[in-house]
Amino acid sequence: MKYVKYGAVVIITFVMIAGIAIPLSPSPQGWLEFPVIPGLEEKARNIFFHVPMAWTTVVAFLVSTYYGIRYLRTKKLDYDLISVSSAGLGFLFCVLATVTGAFWAKFNWGSYWNWDPRQTSIFILLLIYSAYFALRSAIDVEEKRAALSAVYAIVAGLTVPFFIFVMPRMLAGLHPGAKGDAGGQGPLFESGMLATNMRVLFYVSLVGFNLLYVWLLNLRIRTARLERDHFTSA
Amino acid sequence: MTGLRITVKGVTKEFNRRKVFENVNFEISNGHSIAITGPNGSGKSTLVRIVAKVLSPTRGEVRYYLDGVDGSDDVVRDAIGFVSPYLQLYDEFSALENVMFLNRIRLNSRRLSSADTEKILGKVNLFHRKDDLVRGFSSGMKQRLKYALSLSHSPAVLILDEPTANLDDEGIAVVRQIVREQTERGILILATNSAEEAAWCEREITLK
Amino acid sequence: MSTVAGTYGVFLKDFRSEIRTRYALNALFMFVVTAVTIILFALRGETPGPDVLSGMLWTVIFFSSMSGLARTFVSEEERGTTLTLQLITGPSIVYFGKLLFNVLLSLVLSVAISALYMLAFPGFVVKSFEMFVVTLVLGSIGLASATTIIAAIIAKASTKGTLYPVLSFPVLLPLLMTVMRATGMSLEGEPFSEALGQFQVLVAYIMVMVAGSYLLFDYVWKD
Repeated sequence: MKYVKYGAVVIITFVMIAGIAIPLSPSPQGWLEFPVIPGLEEKARNIFFHVPMAWTTVVAFLVSTYYGIRYLRTKKLDYDLISVSSAGLGFLFCVLATVTGAFWAKFNWGSYWNWDPRQTSIFILLLIYSAYFALRSAIDVEEKRAALSAVYAIVAGLTVPFFIFVMPRMLAGLHPGAKGDAGGQGPLFESGMLATNMRVLFYVSLVGFNLLYVWLLNLRIRTARLERDHFTSA
Repeated sequence: MTGLRITVKGVTKEFNRRKVFENVNFEISNGHSIAITGPNGSGKSTLVRIVAKVLSPTRGEVRYYLDGVDGSDDVVRDAIGFVSPYLQLYDEFSALENVMFLNRIRLNSRRLSSADTEKILGKVNLFHRKDDLVRGFSSGMKQRLKYALSLSHSPAVLILDEPTANLDDEGIAVVRQIVREQTERGILILATNSAEEAAWCEREITLK
Repeated sequence: MSTVAGTYGVFLKDFRSEIRTRYALNALFMFVVTAVTIILFALRGETPGPDVLSGMLWTVIFFSSMSGLARTFVSEEERGTTLTLQLITGPSIVYFGKLLFNVLLSLVLSVAISALYMLAFPGFVVKSFEMFVVTLVLGSIGLASATTIIAAIIAKASTKGTLYPVLSFPVLLPLLMTVMRATGMSLEGEPFSEALGQFQVLVAYIMVMVAGSYLLFDYVWKD
């Protein structure tokens, strides 16, 4: 876990320095210059932060749901503890992704919030997990709290495919890859728009944020276990 | 239903990590009876609910063997009659409706006719009030109606939690009769505080 | 066979209980009248377009369902009859019986609210009647199928009333977006075939929600 901690700190520091310091150039030469992406320019640097945060959010919520299911099958309260720790982190990264996204939207699309399909989806995620925590605080018996919140997370998860298929038909998209996008090429990093060095830095950042998640999750689980043992023995 | 055997193995129950009781074991088969005793808060009601399989134990298991075969949830539910202060009835329905509606919901039971239901209500001396809403019933009358409900499908196992709560002498006599009949043809499990009631059973286990 | 009989038994018990106490219906009736009156005052005789009208229709249907559909489970929990049902029958019987009752209740609600809208708002003229009816029916079934298990969840929580819409809204959003669109189309008088895509989404939603609830209900129902 020590290596995970230092790895996360080193990588994210590196990404912050490299992502912000490497200059843009209309005709990039070598590794130390980024290309100018028309329409994004300097704002493109946010891709190293906003997108990995959003991905980490998804990872954290998937881990939370996975441990929720394991709790339901085994009734071991320790799984619930892992599930709720991961859900809390997912919520944290979700807020970070929403805020970085809103700023990006302000400077690229003109306003902080546009109800683009992905903005709507992340808003729904925030709603679902706010509801999840509200539900948990309203149930006194631990076993019941664990089971009911896990069931709710799964039921809410069942609607995800509908958001993927229904939303784009209902709302005009602004994110790259959405219906009506000029180039119609998938998300930025899949299309040919990212230079190799940007792509490498993006994946490095992705690794960094996931390491940060793993370290924080470990920390939260350990403190939660200590708290539990403290209150049981008291 | 003959040859029913219930095994309770290593049952432990915790609420919020507080142990209610630990490692309870017993086995009981047709024609036998057992009393569960212990002071208030020792978990008698919790234990009978676990034995009736409406509450899962934290550790351990409860099994119903019918002629040696492990019974499914449906078989178990159909074998059990349960009376408890925690059991509630529907206030907005009459005594007759309570028994008939709930029997309609019960799986695998033959449909109860009005005549059958009236006979059961007669047994607990509620026949004259069969069409009155339960809302107007005294607690003793509600207790009798619970007996009618629990006996309506002739259960192989009768589980009684505080069997004579709220009952007058006449009601207690009715319960004694029910208990006697049950021990002749099936299994009786009884949770109580009173030594007198515990003496109705062959065996006794005490929770601390 | 006995499964069907048991399910019908649960439904019948709830139905007779509702007929006798009118607990949900009376409150809901007043709720709907109040909500529509507020909207009428807010509009002050203006005639909004089809999209706004269909949005307002489903807003009232959503909130009135939120005050009515939790009743089936909350009342069992409050009266302490949950144990009674747990003793006599299996979780899936209870789930499908309650689902059936909630489907009926939300159908009655949405039909009544639509009728009230047609009377109260001159602009609320349904031009594609079949499309409107199918939307209303599928929408009501969808509403009940998603919120029945959530009702069972909140029945065990301490702040039941406020939690119900909070938990239900994110789950219902794909349904609400689809039915609002389809209702808008029926007000604009588009041909039935145009809405087939929306209906497919609704049917898929209902199937996913009912199947998921059926599989998960054991964990909610058993203590």
